[in-house]
Amino acid sequence: MNTLQIVLVLLRRELTLAMRRRGDVLTVLFFFVIVASLFPLGVGPDPKLLRLMGGGVVWVAALLAAMLSLGRMFASDYADGTLEQMVLTPTPPVVWITGKMLAHWLVSGVPLILVAPVLGVQFGLSSEALGVLVFSLLLGTPVLSLIGAIGAALTLGLRGGGVLVSLLVLPLYIPVLIFGAGAVDGAMSGLGSEAHLSLLGGILILAFMLTPWAVSAALRISME
Amino acid sequence: MLEGKDLACVRGERTLFSHLNFTLNEGELLLVQGANGSGKTSLLRMLCGLLMPEFGEILWRGEEIGAARETYHAEMAYFGHAPAVKEDLSASENLDFSCRLAGILVGSDEVNGALGHLGLGHCLNLPTKSLSQGQRRRVALARLMLVKAKLWILDEPLTALDQAALQLVQTLIGEHLRQGGMALMTTHQPVMITGIVPKTLQLTP
Repeated sequence: MNTLQIVLVLLRRELTLAMRRRGDVLTVLFFFVIVASLFPLGVGPDPKLLRLMGGGVVWVAALLAAMLSLGRMFASDYADGTLEQMVLTPTPPVVWITGKMLAHWLVSGVPLILVAPVLGVQFGLSSEALGVLVFSLLLGTPVLSLIGAIGAALTLGLRGGGVLVSLLVLPLYIPVLIFGAGAVDGAMSGLGSEAHLSLLGGILILAFMLTPWAVSAALRISME
Repeated sequence: MLEGKDLACVRGERTLFSHLNFTLNEGELLLVQGANGSGKTSLLRMLCGLLMPEFGEILWRGEEIGAARETYHAEMAYFGHAPAVKEDLSASENLDFSCRLAGILVGSDEVNGALGHLGLGHCLNLPTKSLSQGQRRRVALARLMLVKAKLWILDEPLTALDQAALQLVQTLIGEHLRQGGMALMTTHQPVMITGIVPKTLQLTP
């Protein structure tokens, strides 16, 4: 079987598992909605203020939600021994690691993108800004899964790994947050969002090329 | 074929074993013996390539296993402490996915045949979370039958199994060896396989 087939088998496996554990997927989604909805309650209903911070709030909520789902990426496979078996297949680790990251994005990133416009409307974002928000999330959320995988792999099997992973990963998410929220801001203020979106795209390509190797090395260390 | 040369294992500050030498040829069974905590699992993980030896080298067909990773892993099957069975998948789904991920295409009759052989014919499609500990280990043993590896590395394959399954596993190992396979295992139970005199490897600090 070739590389692409292995990735497809892994995707099918991860999606089947996610379907059997729909609760986990929905938890992350509800967390995203609730965090974003807390802000209007906290800062008051001033429409001008809400419109100004809408993009940023949705992005921060997406960051936190993505982090919440990182624990699932390798931990359960590690606990039941299936991760060990994957390491012992002749397939190069970067291949199935890429598959796992892709599956993580499909399960925990894509639902966020689908719900984000609703949250954007709640903050009174213009239709153009809503489009940019969705597009920036489309470019940015895969990066969250890619970079997050490094943290998830490094903290595998550690007690209190959940807290540690946020300390490791959140600082690395900052560029994505800046350019993602910046793109929405640009669309709102009429300055244009092309520059921010191109930078996000650049980060995505770079992360896609480099992170599988980093995750592979991190897994090797944590599984010893 | 599988050769360990002057192996040493250090966990934390403690040296578990050192200057360990062995060879395993076709049709041979090697029993790794030692008290609890003497490094049996560490040795097996080392032989799989999951753990780097502190000292020494492991050769498969004369090549270092790290350098020959792909060919080595294609010819080796590991049965570890954890049964490598996903609770949310059924027994047959588990086997289907794990074989495909290892690059082996298996038909559903083959999967069901292996599960039937291990006495799981009546629970092919149940989620494995409803199976007992011993039944999950049987699913993991069915994987060994399907992947058709040359070298079996088995960590305590006989625990949590009933009398009938114990017999079955020993028969399976016997058949594997007669077909020119090799097996290396740890166990605290007596192993009786007709026609096979196992070699032993005693781990001492």
